[in-house]
Amino acid sequence: MKRNRIGEIIVERIIFIGGISGVVILFLIFLFLFKESFTFFIRYPLKEFFFGKNWYPTSVPPKFGLIPLLLGSLLVTVGAIAISLPLGVACAIYISEVAPGWAKEILKPVMELIAAIPSVVLGFIGLVILVPLIKQAFHLPTGLTALAGSITLAFMALPTITSISEDALSALPRDYKEASFALGATHWQTIRYVLLPAAKPGILAATMLGLGRAIGETMAVLMVTGNAAVIPHTFLQPVRTMTATIAMEMGEVVQGGLHYQALFAIGLILFLISFVVNFIAEWVISRQKR
Amino acid sequence: MRYQKVIFTLLAIITFLTVLPLLFIFGLLIYHSIPVLSLKFIFGYPKEGMTAGGIFPALVGTLYLALGTAFISLPLGIITAIYLNEYAPKGKISRLIRIAIVNLAGVPSVVYGLFGLAVFVMFFHFGVSLLAGIFTLSILVLPIVITAAEEGLRAVPMSFREASLALGATKWQTIWKIVLPNALPGIATGAILSISRAAGETAPILFTCAAFYLPRLPKSPFDEVMALPYHVYVISTQVPDAPLSIQYGATLVLLALVFSLNLIAIIWRMRIRRAKKW
Repeated sequence: MKRNRIGEIIVERIIFIGGISGVVILFLIFLFLFKESFTFFIRYPLKEFFFGKNWYPTSVPPKFGLIPLLLGSLLVTVGAIAISLPLGVACAIYISEVAPGWAKEILKPVMELIAAIPSVVLGFIGLVILVPLIKQAFHLPTGLTALAGSITLAFMALPTITSISEDALSALPRDYKEASFALGATHWQTIRYVLLPAAKPGILAATMLGLGRAIGETMAVLMVTGNAAVIPHTFLQPVRTMTATIAMEMGEVVQGGLHYQALFAIGLILFLISFVVNFIAEWVISRQKR
Repeated sequence: MRYQKVIFTLLAIITFLTVLPLLFIFGLLIYHSIPVLSLKFIFGYPKEGMTAGGIFPALVGTLYLALGTAFISLPLGIITAIYLNEYAPKGKISRLIRIAIVNLAGVPSVVYGLFGLAVFVMFFHFGVSLLAGIFTLSILVLPIVITAAEEGLRAVPMSFREASLALGATKWQTIWKIVLPNALPGIATGAILSISRAAGETAPILFTCAAFYLPRLPKSPFDEVMALPYHVYVISTQVPDAPLSIQYGATLVLLALVFSLNLIAIIWRMRIRRAKKW
């Protein structure tokens, strides 16, 4: 009996250590990103990193201005959300309120499959289909543009936005709907004036998570946006995102050098952005649950 | 009422138009890869600087990576789920863990690549290797495993635990002999999904294990490996004269691999949810 007890305690300890591994790993990610980029923030003026308009990592002296990359990421992401939010919410309404049972049974797994498409596959499709199409449609010298990135990313953010908005809609109490019907409202009026406003926090959370997915996406953007590190003015010109910069340049840098550290600094910023975005989404969802 | 009908029809059209590209993508890939698709393509080695031949080393590399990832992430993920569902007191710690997991799921994949480079490649001196790639991917898929395993554990009714405890079994005996076996189907879903995710990711393996061109199979865990997603990226953007049919073919094989794993997981999960015996 006593041995049994000791065994239980040991098992419990092991499980506790395993259980907090998620927290430990998250902390370690932050720690290592910080460790590798820390000297960059000392050796390179902070002001020129955060407000510099030029990213010339190999010029002499090198320039590591974040602005063109940050704007590139924001432009592509905002475009992606502008496309995927209305579509995603429309899909969510259809799936949770309108669709007959069989359509629901099909659409939910299909959304899951769309979410599972590897980003490199979407990047490839974007490259061979979308990019030539954009080039033709707008008579551009190249179709590798922010627009191509936005459309590709919209397709990636769509399942996230749809499924979380749909959760928000179907989690609403039945009374809302019944009360609205009892007052003589039609189904659409109920959706438009009762359900959608009530599900707003959930849809906001969905938007944040879709945004997080889009801003962190690497391969698809890398393949279709053209990767010119200049400050973008329109959707119809090549842009370079933060993620693509890391993916492109990490292979060519001297490990431990200033450029290497600069890429880790970008990684740290991406990490912090994703942290904030997720935190807001989580906060909104948990508030709604209460 | 007619107004409502118009809107609902519109919603249906929008929804089906948004999911239609999925079929379109699949059809397109199949159509264009017909010229190369054969057993020779799947079991052949790339030749002439990847402008001819097959994808075998990349496919094998991806299988090694995906299975290795499952091997490491499953035990850790299951333990975390057991802690959250069976041991953790409801309160600050379990809330902290949940927030951490949600955040882990949101970390950009390229940042996992940086982390893997800093920790496994350099700090632990694994070098750019299969092993470093496996560890990096394991961390990436951890949230998926935890979520699925927790769902599996939660589906086991409280009365099972109570009955076992009432018979004098200890808490761990109950979990090991009663809860885990009943939660196994749910956990299996997580395993399949994590394998699928690991097979499709590119950014995390860019700097940790992926070889540009290595027409042989890895001999040890410290070897670099080719991987299918990275191979797709390479032949579609870095090798100017790679024939389109090979690019389409490699992409199709990758997508088919990922989709079939996901479909298995989806169908499997539906069956469990339907066949609940209690």
